[in-house]
Amino acid sequence: MDFSLDKKHEMARSLFKEFAEAEVKPLAQETDETEAFPMETVKKMQKYGFMGIPVPKEYGGQGCDPLTYIMCVEELSKVCATTGVIVSAHTSLCIDPILTYGTEEQKQKYVVPLASGEKIGAFGLTEPGAGTDAQGCQTKAVLDGDEWVLNGSKCFITNGKVADVYIVIAVTSVTEDKRGRKKKNFSAFIVDKGAPGFSFGTKEKKMGIRGSSTYELIFEDCRIPKENLLGPEGKGFPIAMHTLDGGRIGIAAQALGIAEGALERAVAYTKERKQFGRSIAQQQNTQFKLADMAARIEAAQLLVYKAAMAKATQKVYSVEAAKAKLFAAETAMAVTTEVVQLFGGYGYIREYDVERMMRDAKITEIYEGTSEVQRMVISGALLK
Amino acid sequence: MNIVVCIKQVPDTKGGVKFNPDGTLDRAAMLAIMNPDDKAGLEAALRIKDETGAKVTVLTMGLPKADAVLREALAMGADDAILVTDRVLGGADTWATSTTIAGALRNLEYDLIITGRQAIDGDTAQVGPQIAEHLGLPVISYAEEIKIEGDSVIVKRQYEDRYHELKAKMPCLITALSELNEPRYMTPGGIFDAFDKEVTVWGRADLKDVDDSDLGLKGSPTKIAKASDKVAKGAGEKVNLDPTESVAYLMGKFKEKHII
Repeated sequence: MDFSLDKKHEMARSLFKEFAEAEVKPLAQETDETEAFPMETVKKMQKYGFMGIPVPKEYGGQGCDPLTYIMCVEELSKVCATTGVIVSAHTSLCIDPILTYGTEEQKQKYVVPLASGEKIGAFGLTEPGAGTDAQGCQTKAVLDGDEWVLNGSKCFITNGKVADVYIVIAVTSVTEDKRGRKKKNFSAFIVDKGAPGFSFGTKEKKMGIRGSSTYELIFEDCRIPKENLLGPEGKGFPIAMHTLDGGRIGIAAQALGIAEGALERAVAYTKERKQFGRSIAQQQNTQFKLADMAARIEAAQLLVYKAAMAKATQKVYSVEAAKAKLFAAETAMAVTTEVVQLFGGYGYIREYDVERMMRDAKITEIYEGTSEVQRMVISGALLK
Repeated sequence: MNIVVCIKQVPDTKGGVKFNPDGTLDRAAMLAIMNPDDKAGLEAALRIKDETGAKVTVLTMGLPKADAVLREALAMGADDAILVTDRVLGGADTWATSTTIAGALRNLEYDLIITGRQAIDGDTAQVGPQIAEHLGLPVISYAEEIKIEGDSVIVKRQYEDRYHELKAKMPCLITALSELNEPRYMTPGGIFDAFDKEVTVWGRADLKDVDDSDLGLKGSPTKIAKASDKVAKGAGEKVNLDPTESVAYLMGKFKEKHII
């Protein structure tokens, strides 16, 4: 068992690091303050292929593996978690399901421009009344001639208004089992921005990742072509769950990046900050905290990379993804909270990045499956 | 059109310079990067490629680990890469280096050769012009802008106080300044492809029309007596005085320090 990265992955990491430091870091604070989607950065990422890293070349992607993509999200998130999640939602939640379940026509039509970054992708499952209990979704789709007609709304959608292509999960039929219990059957759809009857609700004002565009999607007799059904009719729920398995690895990488970024800043700061006549890094309390954080972060990294490798080599990787996301997200929250403490008053003011990082970290315990959902997935497999 | 870009792997001096006890650079202790002027030269070549479809070959002389900068160049978009490496070529100064590189270039077809102005480890700015001399080519150094016009290049050459605009017929050699452009990043897919490609490795036997006496340490007329890191000076003192007062102030300081 070799835990070292090979040369091409090392080089890819150095590319992402260099890009993040030079192009993303200088804008991170402004992105947070203004809550403006960093479109200029996305255009640069588009130019260098960051929007389609794990996509085969024949579909306009970079032809790299999930690990390379994960390292990209990690390095971006070290300096700006908003930028990390833009890439993650676009790649894992929009491109990946079309690549996995789409027809050749759908791949040509949608994956090619998404992978090149010409178009941005998003994914809509969550509804005001259906979060963790995704079965509670109300959005309906009915076939009317050659078109599906969608009605309902989706909320908390990352890349909400900036996206061009949306994967939307909707109820297409309700069946009764032998005991008379009603069961909703879901299907997945590809919806283009500008589809008649498709509009946006309010922009959410968030605690963290404030530059990411989070919107409500509204479907009022929204008509999309019949051929925009993704995968078989009635298979929307497993498609959504499988998509989220991949998405969780992306969010785990985002959380990992936030934790690593916070630790880097803590190491630099505690060496400089002097109290009682010496740097606080010379105090054992600081040293022990830094050591605990470093050990925990490395454990998170191993879980995240293992999940990325599982995605590359296994058909099913739900448990690996759930473990990685659970541990990395809780590591991000714990580490950023501790780092703010080490910074003291300076950690609480916005001038220093760690205040933002602590706010950004919180969402990783919530979206794409809360930590509680991850525990359900992990224990479900254990107790099966 | 064929462009050959000569690049060098150098220690990253951003984090400070480290020396071995014998005064030579401790390269192992420093991160290795592509020399910045060379990277600008590569970017210039890649821009010509983007416009004209030229073929870009990168060539380096160095230790086997210099393979890394060749892969980086491939990942940025170069088509081919050649590593010239051989024990007998070690310890080369600028003369032996330029002789070696010219010997390698004689095997290649080229219209344009681009080198960096100088490497951040040696800072001589000699190798590029020397290669041109060995090959009997015109050289335009310190290029801040490069344009291709038919079978000629038009180069804006930077001086301390002015520019020259020079036109030369190809084949010729240009030395590039890092101010020439903002080099592109690699792409993730480019990196993966770069590691699937074969880097051509040449040794002494592959060099054309060179004498052993001009190669390696033995062929190097330059002898380094001593090398050391820059010693940081103390902070200066700033004063704001009118001319008469400042003369008096300076005279006082000179006397105080026994300069006059």
